[in-house]
Amino acid sequence: MIPTIRSYLTGDGVSWLDAAIAKIHADAGAIFAVFPAAGRRCGRGALDDGWTVDQAVRVTLLLELPLDGEPLGLLLFDLYAHGDAGERLAVLASLSVFDDAGRLGEAGLPIVRDALRTSDTRLIGAAMSRYGAARLPAEAYRQAVLKCVFTGVPLSGVAGLESRADRELARMMADFAKEREAAGRVVPPDIWPILERHPDLRAGLSSDTKGAS
Amino acid sequence: MRIFDPHIHMTSRTTDDYRRMYDAGVRALVEPAFWLGQPRTSPGTFADYFDGLLGWEPYRAAQYGIAHHCAIALNPKEANDPRLRGVLDLLPRYLAKDRVVAVGEVGYDEMTPAEDEVLQAQLALALEHELPVLVHTPHRDKAAGTLRTLDVVKDSGLPPEMILVDHLNEMTAKAVADSGCWSGFSVYPDTKMDVHRMIALLRLYGTDRVLVNSAADWGHSDPLKTRAVGDAMLADGFTEEDVDKVLWANPVAFYGQSGRLELDEVSPAADYAGNTIKRGVAP
Ligand SMILES: [Zn+2]
Repeated sequence: MIPTIRSYLTGDGVSWLDAAIAKIHADAGAIFAVFPAAGRRCGRGALDDGWTVDQAVRVTLLLELPLDGEPLGLLLFDLYAHGDAGERLAVLASLSVFDDAGRLGEAGLPIVRDALRTSDTRLIGAAMSRYGAARLPAEAYRQAVLKCVFTGVPLSGVAGLESRADRELARMMADFAKEREAAGRVVPPDIWPILERHPDLRAGLSSDTKGAS
Repeated sequence: MRIFDPHIHMTSRTTDDYRRMYDAGVRALVEPAFWLGQPRTSPGTFADYFDGLLGWEPYRAAQYGIAHHCAIALNPKEANDPRLRGVLDLLPRYLAKDRVVAVGEVGYDEMTPAEDEVLQAQLALALEHELPVLVHTPHRDKAAGTLRTLDVVKDSGLPPEMILVDHLNEMTAKAVADSGCWSGFSVYPDTKMDVHRMIALLRLYGTDRVLVNSAADWGHSDPLKTRAVGDAMLADGFTEEDVDKVLWANPVAFYGQSGRLELDEVSPAADYAGNTIKRGVAP
């Protein structure tokens, strides 16, 4: 759910946002100029649920685009591809919002896949929102969860684990834990819930604090 | 000693460098877009390079406690390759981004007509985007190139305080100081400028509108030269205030004209009024 942003903005911020929306209505291409400027014009403070002001303003602007489906996905990909980290995070955050409104379908998946290929943990985490979690095929979803664990992205922010964590993912987590233990390294504790329903896979792992006896 | 390196190409450096720079006092830097050892052949590779300057490199710098900003431009050497003229069309989009605090490096390499055209086009973009400009002066025929640069800048309509003329030496320092532009000195292990000559120039021209950088890149260079200049200034009798002015306050004042420096996380005590982080948010 995107916060209703206007109440967090100053008078100047609201005027800028209204003018930016009017520009997009007149010409959708205006998004290329207003999208990067949102943080400087409206601020970057933290809001509830992990949102920031600039991110919520940017998603508010995107929602005004007169597009959906494939054309929307292509424009979002372009904004993402040539965006700085703040812009990329905003595009990733918009995917679930567009999907809730039935406007995007599968057309945002290339963005999710690109973010998962990066080495920026902020982007990797943001790619695993509800949209990515719901739309990625099983193999890609498992690989993405493993990449999160590997790069230190907390699984608490990864959507869909309740329904999508299967035996194969549990096996991958168990192998990962074994590899870490063999190297004398710490195993991130957030992997254990994934192994909960598969006690046989936990056998022999010493760092499982709950014990696998 | 807090240090802002106003000109360094971190894309070419390692994480060891970031760690040593932090230990030496570097808390902020500007990475201008420039040429690489290997010439590029298409605008697409520039887009990837610019995306890196805005994405991966600031992310990397942040892991080591250093605030990364960049300047974006088509450099003078590659301005001579007609295949790359399309880079100019990419620029407006990049000049609109947060953390892009200048147009640069622009300037002359061999003073060709193509370089003239590209320099003037980018000065016009700087005016339009209200950004300062980092101007590189040529390695060869430097004195003539610097005078020509000052003429072109004067004709551009940009006020001199929005211009930083870089890689200066004893031959070019006076003309730039007299022009009202900011003066940049790149302190290198062997060439361009060394620490002791730098101290002599500071004695001669003072610390106003002077920036010192390492210009460290993929060639023989040293990212800790800024710190070396600070130490040499103190040894020579300059005050800590003088050092802070040259190595911190001056770069903050110059690039702060963009309104896009974000230094809150690295310098809570900085006497810097231009930060934009909380601007526009209701209390
Ligand atoms: Zn340079």
